[in-house]
Amino acid sequence: MSTLTRQTRTDGDEQQGHDLKPRSVRGQGKERATAVTMFLPAAILIVTFLIIPIILTFVLAFTNTRLISPRPGTFIGLENFSNLFTDDTFWASLRNTIIFTVVIVPVQSGVALVIAVLVNSKMRGTTFFRTVYFLPVVTSIVVVSMLWLFMYQKNGLINILLAKVGIAGPDWLGDPRWSLFAIIVMSIWQAMGFHMIIWLSGLQTIPAELYEAASLDGASRWQQFVNVTWPGLRATRVFILITITIAAFGLFSQVNIMTQGGPLDSTTTLVFMTVRAGFQQQQTGYASAIALVFFVLVLAVTLIQNFLTRDKEANR
Amino acid sequence: MTSLHTQETTVSDVRARPTRRTGGAVPTLLFVAKILLALVFGLPLVFMIVSSFKPDLQIFADLNGIQAFLPVGDLTLDNYTGVFARVPFAQFLLNSVMISAITVVVGLFVNSMAAFALSRMRLPGRRVLLGVILATLIVPFEVVALPLLWWVNQLPYFDGTEFVQGWLDTYAVQIVPFIANAFSIFLFYQYFDSIPRELDEAARVDGAGWFRIYRSIVMPLSGPAIATAVILTFLPAWNQYLWPLMVTQSESVRPVMVGIDYFKQLNVSWGQIMAYASIITVPVLALFIAFQRSFVNSIAASGVKG
Repeated sequence: MSTLTRQTRTDGDEQQGHDLKPRSVRGQGKERATAVTMFLPAAILIVTFLIIPIILTFVLAFTNTRLISPRPGTFIGLENFSNLFTDDTFWASLRNTIIFTVVIVPVQSGVALVIAVLVNSKMRGTTFFRTVYFLPVVTSIVVVSMLWLFMYQKNGLINILLAKVGIAGPDWLGDPRWSLFAIIVMSIWQAMGFHMIIWLSGLQTIPAELYEAASLDGASRWQQFVNVTWPGLRATRVFILITITIAAFGLFSQVNIMTQGGPLDSTTTLVFMTVRAGFQQQQTGYASAIALVFFVLVLAVTLIQNFLTRDKEANR
Repeated sequence: MTSLHTQETTVSDVRARPTRRTGGAVPTLLFVAKILLALVFGLPLVFMIVSSFKPDLQIFADLNGIQAFLPVGDLTLDNYTGVFARVPFAQFLLNSVMISAITVVVGLFVNSMAAFALSRMRLPGRRVLLGVILATLIVPFEVVALPLLWWVNQLPYFDGTEFVQGWLDTYAVQIVPFIANAFSIFLFYQYFDSIPRELDEAARVDGAGWFRIYRSIVMPLSGPAIATAVILTFLPAWNQYLWPLMVTQSESVRPVMVGIDYFKQLNVSWGQIMAYASIITVPVLALFIAFQRSFVNSIAASGVKG
């Protein structure tokens, strides 16, 4: 759209004065050359470090390539995938990744929305509260994992606090029934503030007049939320859904620092398994196959979410 | 199309919504809820910082009460000296600062120039290129991490005197792959599109070259986009963990986030780990509190769909 208007503008330029025209035509070639020069550094880097690796994922997944080996990998067809689909750790990783995502997506976005609504008002201390809720987001996930590893100890801060209200806390990270739950809670604590800010910016695009009109009509707070706030947040909702889902699928750092996938594979994830295969065990081909499954999963979810939201738009 | 600078959400923006006058129990309850939430989100960080000044015995003795969150009792800087004594922490810190600074600064030029060519100039195939750049945004880094690891190990690397195979264990391998950033390019592209073209047309009539227009007209007007790009590229560069975990072996190139993992494996005390965690966190938190408005605007901007 912007191209069109620009095109007409340049055309107009050239017709303006006859004396300008020759310079302008010569200038066009020069302009192209300059444009290519300015674009080239980014293009080379993106091709080398993003596009080629994406293509490599698809190629290496069908080979037995090793990370460091004098012999180049050879084509082995679907062997990596047949190995993968008979590997119990893969199914555990897939299951954990999906459980993590299915819990994180609604809970984290829901909590973030409630808190965003809570701090979206002119009241004393609002700035302070927003700032505090946001602090974990600017704290590295590595630091957060170390901190919670300490707090989750059997005799750690969390269990001592729970004991005060009469709850005997489990060995959070050592008990396979609780380990994934413990990581989920910590991850929500860390990332909630990010989505709170996104919800807030969405909330503030809703015109205040709509709330005033709803108030005049006698709508309760809840009715206002259902009829004004929720429909007004549609675009924000789509964005939040997609970003949380992609981020949740990528679960790695917390697991690597806190549990190493254990106990009993209860916290292993697709990315954790990819790193274990491709880095520790140097099986680049096998790791690429897992990465490919991971990519297909992300792509499928993004496409489904896109499709669902597009459908809604059409119905409106 | 929503442009970036229309986003005015900030944590300090208090004029957002008129006050609703409702006296009684509900506002008090809401206030109590906000306080409780502040404790949930704030106290763990307070605990981390406070514990970094206590010997382990004191930390565990204090867990039982409110003292866990207060700087009381036997306070000491031993944990901090311990961090520097057990690992070359100053080196880790220098590595992280260098890596993030170079990634951010070089990235700023590379990405804004690319965006300038896309937004302002007759770049052949610009629509297709823009489409490709946007499409790469949905590929999570974790997908390409392992193939990339293999790939950088095949690439030639100039070590100052000769070409050798493989980029592993260098600064370059932690910087170069992250300089070009599709999101950053898109951000600048959107912002540049909002700057009136009459400005650069006037400059061209005056004989200014394209590079000069980029440097002297467009970039100086792009302060908010630059701030956003700096913040959104600095945070991941500083926090990088997965990639340097795989590509660094020597202490001379190891960044702080991988360093803390390695530090913990030396069987150090919890107090020392909290000290290490505090040193690499508090400066970033301080930067956030000082430049809150820019930080929050940047995060909000990352939610803008073009």
